[in-house]
Amino acid sequence: MAYPTDRKYTKEHEWIQVNGTTGTIGITDHAQQSLGDIVFVETPKVGAELTAGKPFGTVESVKAVSDLFAPASGSVTEVNADLATSPENVNKDAHGSWMVKITLKNTSELDRLLSAADYEKFVAEEAGH
Amino acid sequence: MKHITRKATRHVNQNEGLIFEKSSAGKAAWKLPPLDVPEVDTAKLLGASERKDLGNMPEVSEIEIIRHFTRMSTWNYAIDLGMYPLGSCTMKYNPRVNEAVARVEGIANGHPYQPEKISQGALHIIKTLSEQLIEITGMDAITMQPAAGAHGEMTGLLMVRAYHQSKGNARKKILIPDSAHGTNPATAAMVNYAVENLKSDSRGMVDIAALEAQMNEDVAALMLTNPNTLGVFEQQIHKIADILHAKGGLLYMDGANMNALVGKVRPGDFGVDVMHLNLHKTFSTPHGGGGPGSGPVAVKKALEPFLPAPVVITHADGTLGFDYNRPQTVGRVRAFYGNFGMFVRALAYIQANGPDGLRQTTEDAVLNANYIRKGLEGTYDLPYSTPTMHEVVFSDKLQLKKGVRTMDIAKRLIDYGFHPYTTAFPLIVPGALMIEPTESESKEEMDLFVEAMKSIAEEVEEDPQTVLDAPHSTRVSRLDETAAARKPVLRWKPGN
Amino acid sequence: MRYLPKSPADREAMLKSIGLRSVDDLFAPIPAEYRLTRDLDIPRQMAESEIVDFFRQRSRENGDGYTSFLGAGAYSHYRPVIIESLISRGEFLTAYTPYQAEISQGTLQSIFEFQTMICELTGMEVANASMYDGSTAAAEAVMMAVRLTGRRSVVVARSLHPEYREVLATYATHQGMPLSTANFGDDGRVNLKELEKLITPETACVLIQSPNFFGTIEDAGAIAEIAHKHGAMLVVSIAEAVSLGIVEPPRQADVIAMEAQSFGVPLGFGGPYCGVIATREKYVRQMPGRLVGQTVDKQGKRGFVLTLATREQHIRREKATSNICTNQALVALMVNIFMTVYGKVGLRELAKQNLAKTTYAAGQFAKHGKVLFSATPRFNEFVVQTSEDPYAINGRLLGHKMVGGLPLKKFYPELGNAALWCCTELTTRTAIDTAVGLVAESERSVRSSKEEDVAEVTR
Repeated sequence: MAYPTDRKYTKEHEWIQVNGTTGTIGITDHAQQSLGDIVFVETPKVGAELTAGKPFGTVESVKAVSDLFAPASGSVTEVNADLATSPENVNKDAHGSWMVKITLKNTSELDRLLSAADYEKFVAEEAGH
Repeated sequence: MKHITRKATRHVNQNEGLIFEKSSAGKAAWKLPPLDVPEVDTAKLLGASERKDLGNMPEVSEIEIIRHFTRMSTWNYAIDLGMYPLGSCTMKYNPRVNEAVARVEGIANGHPYQPEKISQGALHIIKTLSEQLIEITGMDAITMQPAAGAHGEMTGLLMVRAYHQSKGNARKKILIPDSAHGTNPATAAMVNYAVENLKSDSRGMVDIAALEAQMNEDVAALMLTNPNTLGVFEQQIHKIADILHAKGGLLYMDGANMNALVGKVRPGDFGVDVMHLNLHKTFSTPHGGGGPGSGPVAVKKALEPFLPAPVVITHADGTLGFDYNRPQTVGRVRAFYGNFGMFVRALAYIQANGPDGLRQTTEDAVLNANYIRKGLEGTYDLPYSTPTMHEVVFSDKLQLKKGVRTMDIAKRLIDYGFHPYTTAFPLIVPGALMIEPTESESKEEMDLFVEAMKSIAEEVEEDPQTVLDAPHSTRVSRLDETAAARKPVLRWKPGN
Repeated sequence: MRYLPKSPADREAMLKSIGLRSVDDLFAPIPAEYRLTRDLDIPRQMAESEIVDFFRQRSRENGDGYTSFLGAGAYSHYRPVIIESLISRGEFLTAYTPYQAEISQGTLQSIFEFQTMICELTGMEVANASMYDGSTAAAEAVMMAVRLTGRRSVVVARSLHPEYREVLATYATHQGMPLSTANFGDDGRVNLKELEKLITPETACVLIQSPNFFGTIEDAGAIAEIAHKHGAMLVVSIAEAVSLGIVEPPRQADVIAMEAQSFGVPLGFGGPYCGVIATREKYVRQMPGRLVGQTVDKQGKRGFVLTLATREQHIRREKATSNICTNQALVALMVNIFMTVYGKVGLRELAKQNLAKTTYAAGQFAKHGKVLFSATPRFNEFVVQTSEDPYAINGRLLGHKMVGGLPLKKFYPELGNAALWCCTELTTRTAIDTAVGLVAESERSVRSSKEEDVAEVTR
């Protein structure tokens, strides 16, 4: 799987795509694969504050729940309502199925995140264990 | 099917729709006696509160109801049909005399608020069972109020909190081993304690060094299952208790696995301060498809003042009664006195066994688990070689090479006429097969089980797809759980 | 040791195959100093006949043969015979939680039908597979409202079953959930003005019972309006399920917490009973307890599975909606069969008989004592105030093998000499007349002795 180079990644398997001060957040293809069939995505409400590295929602498969970790801090401006009725979209196209959009508080936080190449390497290393 | 299945064959299995699909206006399965008081005008009495319509409630006859539920019952597996080796669940035989005595008129129909004077029978049952459970556990006092194991855990931790509070500091957290039942951390959260994980050592037991490092004055208690979920007895239990007690902490024991101990060793003797029992596991009350259970909590003297109210006492005149005057009580955890019907069954079980029977029961339960371990060692991976008590945990490591997981093997076991073991638990064993035969299995049934498990292991090597597609002999094949969770259909609606 | 299927030879052979010499070797992992070297101090093994005798004797000491007017959260209704026939089938009785769906379709389909009927009766959209009982269901429903609203405090009606209130207090103590209590008015219902004053922007929900502890029917619509106006939820506890046959369910509620014991579950000295939570579809992910959903198998055949399990403790552990694991499945099956037997028409007729008996009894009692809250619609319970202490009255009734109403002094001292009486379809007119006669007699003697006292003073 080639990871898009137009965004950055976390070690918890989220991606963030930045456009000015707007950050768009989702989970990676690797994450959707290891979760299996996703049945529910729990996202925060518009206006909620995200803190980098802290949980802001959950994704559920039939028998597992995983926290979503914020790649960066900011306030939620938009939530992908489609996922409420069609959580399977995340399985079909993880990199195209964003979950929330935020207004970034501090763009320097992004420097700590992984590039596509680094993330790919990280995933390979994890699998090696 | 290549392998001969000695235990199971196929037989007639009737279809049966939902009860609503059989309903039609004018059918009835009820008849009320003629009214011996004047009829009432419901509209006048109830006004706007009167209900006019009961929606889609069914209308069916008695024979249809009998057939409906009887046919559905034949789709269930049950202890009465064969071995049910669900690890951690203690699926033992449910004696029928228990059921008979629970249905005796005055026992089945006693009202919880009837005067003490005419409740002596029920009180006598509660008191006798309480005393016997205290003797069995080696504890000092007990509450029968909690309705199930998890409810008992909550009650126990409430008492732990009250105990520490009485000493001026409720403390902040509960230590829970990584092998614990999911109810343990969920319970700690319910009584507002933080959960701190405690890792297991290479033998599957509490890591003493880790416990020593993590134990401090913030720790209210350690919640320990003993034998733990690997079926391993915590050999350093005295040391664990000492480490806790030295810093003022308490040892809570989850009694889910008490079937390995009854009559052989008593938790009260090895340092436990508070514990719950599961009458529906160790003491043979039926699981009934998920409940009811009963989760009495036994404590040491120091915790007695905090027991839920009321407690059964003996009055000066020798009669029994309830004491509500318990100033330090943690309060009530449910209305009335607990799942009394389960007390009756548990007492009948203890009576039928006596001291020698209870001990033999425990010995047989442990013997059976070790017999299965011996039979399957080598065929399945045994991640911990520590001695086994009443249950044994294998892993699917060897079968995973062919892409077959514990759940697949479990499903294939159904085709051989057995209920699956517990899958994917405890969490410290990836791909776990957790097998608890209980004492209720004969050598013959266990030989058939071992044979079935070995046969499946062979199939995994020769024809893994057969295992992956299992079960093949049930009325429904594997069900689409993903669809069920994505678009939940949780009730019938007309036209569905 | 009639439950153990092994001969001494079997045990020998098994030990040998394991490579052990004696049973003691199996217990070697237990440190020797803790191993029990004596028999447990409990009575010797008893024969089945002795066990049956023991419990028959206990039964005779336990109110067998008494006519009772007790209700208060535990109701005596007729239990159709087929309930016992069906739940005694080993396939229901001795099965575990239906985690292995392929061999548990019987339990699963019956729970699906149970959930459906509870929804029909309560007017809610989803119902779970059962909770321990009505009291814990009410506490769990309140905690659900706390999660849903993000608010923490709770207003509880004083007309809610006193023991339910105690249970809620226990659950709430360590959850940081402050409770306040709304009193009842002269009509025996929640005092709406007082209620509204107690609701703050921090109120997660209002918890009421209807029909309430006194048997009177609350104005759930008005209470819902008040709660909703302030952004709080309404949780309604229903302790007498048979009322649903004739009393409009509180459709305006957000969560209903029920005790379904009335539907075919024996009184059993207080348990096991059957709690249930029902709510709106949009709140289902915050609902505790097991749920069964419909789905299809690989061949497209209809089947049922446990679903939305990620809410539960075995997956979410400390973040679960509740720690509940074992529920009341077999009791829920009794409830299910009862609802199926009575169905759409029978439940209404049954409830009507309860209403008729109660109306007659309350009318008769009113001739000799004071029936409180009598202008308010009620179902099958009512409060009678007497001159004499109800414990004394009950003492006299016991002599006639009758159990009178529940004295309320312990729970509601402000009501004085009051007792809560209950009639169901099983209460005969003869029993009512006898009880009323005995109460009337004692009232007359108390009054005449009081007149004597007065006479003495004036003299």
